[in-house]
Amino acid sequence: MQINFTHHQSAHCENGVISNLMKHHGFNVSEPMAFGIGSGLLFCYIPFLMVNHAPAFTYRALPGIIFKRFAKRVGIKIKREKFKNPQLAKARLDENLKNNNPVGLQVGVYNLVYFPDEYRFHFNAHNLVVYGKENDTYLISDPVMETVTTLTDKQLEKVRFAKGAFAPKGHIYYPIDFPKELNLEKAIIKGIKHTCRDMLAPMPVLGVKGIRHTAKLIRKWPKKKGVKKANHYLGQIVRMQEEIGTGGGGFRYIFAAFLQESSKVLNKPELSELSKEMTNIGDLWRDFAVDASRIYKNRSAKDDAYNNVASQLEVIADKEEVFFKKLKKAVK
Amino acid sequence: MKKDEVPQDKSNLESANFKELCYAVDENGDYTTVNSSGWDPKTIALNKAIEEIKERVENARQRVLNNETSPIEYYMELHKMDLPILASYVGIWKWRVKRHFKPSIFNKLSNKTLEKYANVFDISIEQLKNIELHAD
Repeated sequence: MQINFTHHQSAHCENGVISNLMKHHGFNVSEPMAFGIGSGLLFCYIPFLMVNHAPAFTYRALPGIIFKRFAKRVGIKIKREKFKNPQLAKARLDENLKNNNPVGLQVGVYNLVYFPDEYRFHFNAHNLVVYGKENDTYLISDPVMETVTTLTDKQLEKVRFAKGAFAPKGHIYYPIDFPKELNLEKAIIKGIKHTCRDMLAPMPVLGVKGIRHTAKLIRKWPKKKGVKKANHYLGQIVRMQEEIGTGGGGFRYIFAAFLQESSKVLNKPELSELSKEMTNIGDLWRDFAVDASRIYKNRSAKDDAYNNVASQLEVIADKEEVFFKKLKKAVK
Repeated sequence: MKKDEVPQDKSNLESANFKELCYAVDENGDYTTVNSSGWDPKTIALNKAIEEIKERVENARQRVLNNETSPIEYYMELHKMDLPILASYVGIWKWRVKRHFKPSIFNKLSNKTLEKYANVFDISIEQLKNIELHAD
């Protein structure tokens, strides 16, 4: 059985699942819209958590939260379930497919066979849509892939019950109730306000302050951790920033696209100007990645190379601080 | 980023035959999406991370052969895991898994426990006991 579902490729998995499921139910919500309303943009250094033997940084909100906020703000209801028992999880999935309902699943990447080997790490916050089943094979629409793909029931069970941080536990979700019309205007404003609050938060590891904190860490790494570790850590920052699903520039471009679209919906030309500014900030993030990659490529141990990229981050932090203050005023 | 600035470098994505989606602005300053085959700074970072893992695996292999650690640590590194991830996969407390890294303790493990590890690593108990039997 196969549900008539249209696959659209997206930059980021969670926004993509939201956007694709909404489109399936007849609401034209773009990926940037889903990302912006769900307040996906962030910067956070997560102390004490090591991922792949390096400190953890994130450029976006925690898994699941974007959809949760999006649903609340536009007034749709989502049904979510997690399971202890894989059989039950499978039964619930089959039930939904029988009822012609495509569902979102949270999965681990490590056993996702259609991903390139090099990208298969123990990362458990990936999202995809299942839109049908033929014998023992599930039809999969993974938003970061160009086309649809398939997984056998064994393969799907493995990724649904991956273990470790953010273990999906068979997490299944789908919208069950829609308003007659989506009220985007209010939702957009709420989404923007929330992002401004996060980015300007008075917390040392969050938002603009988090970026400055990271710059300080980078200055210390070569002396404190040795060149090898410092390079590995720096590589991790770039990988998190430019991993598949960021759309480039640590999600800044998706956010800029969201502001541009919002300026039309709200009829606020100043948002379109701010979109341009965010695009420039995204470019700065990319320049940072280029310079950081030069350091770990050449294994150059010069202190001022680290100081140089750290200063770049501080410039970005200053620009983002100014930017989010302006944005906050613009939606007041 | 402008539409024509979207990087089209060679990358690991090629092996899986797909391109990722990027957001960029067109000539009129409007946002659009463009497929990218990869970007060098990112590919270098990824390759470095993989190199690092290979080094860890090789290092663990040597230490198993020198009887300094048990094969469990080798297979853990081979599967890109760390202690918390392995512990949650086998369903054994971290401090006990760490204890199982000691060769003297590993040699005394029951078949039942060994099987738990073998299942997680998708290998036989013989392969778990002797890493030379594992063809990578």
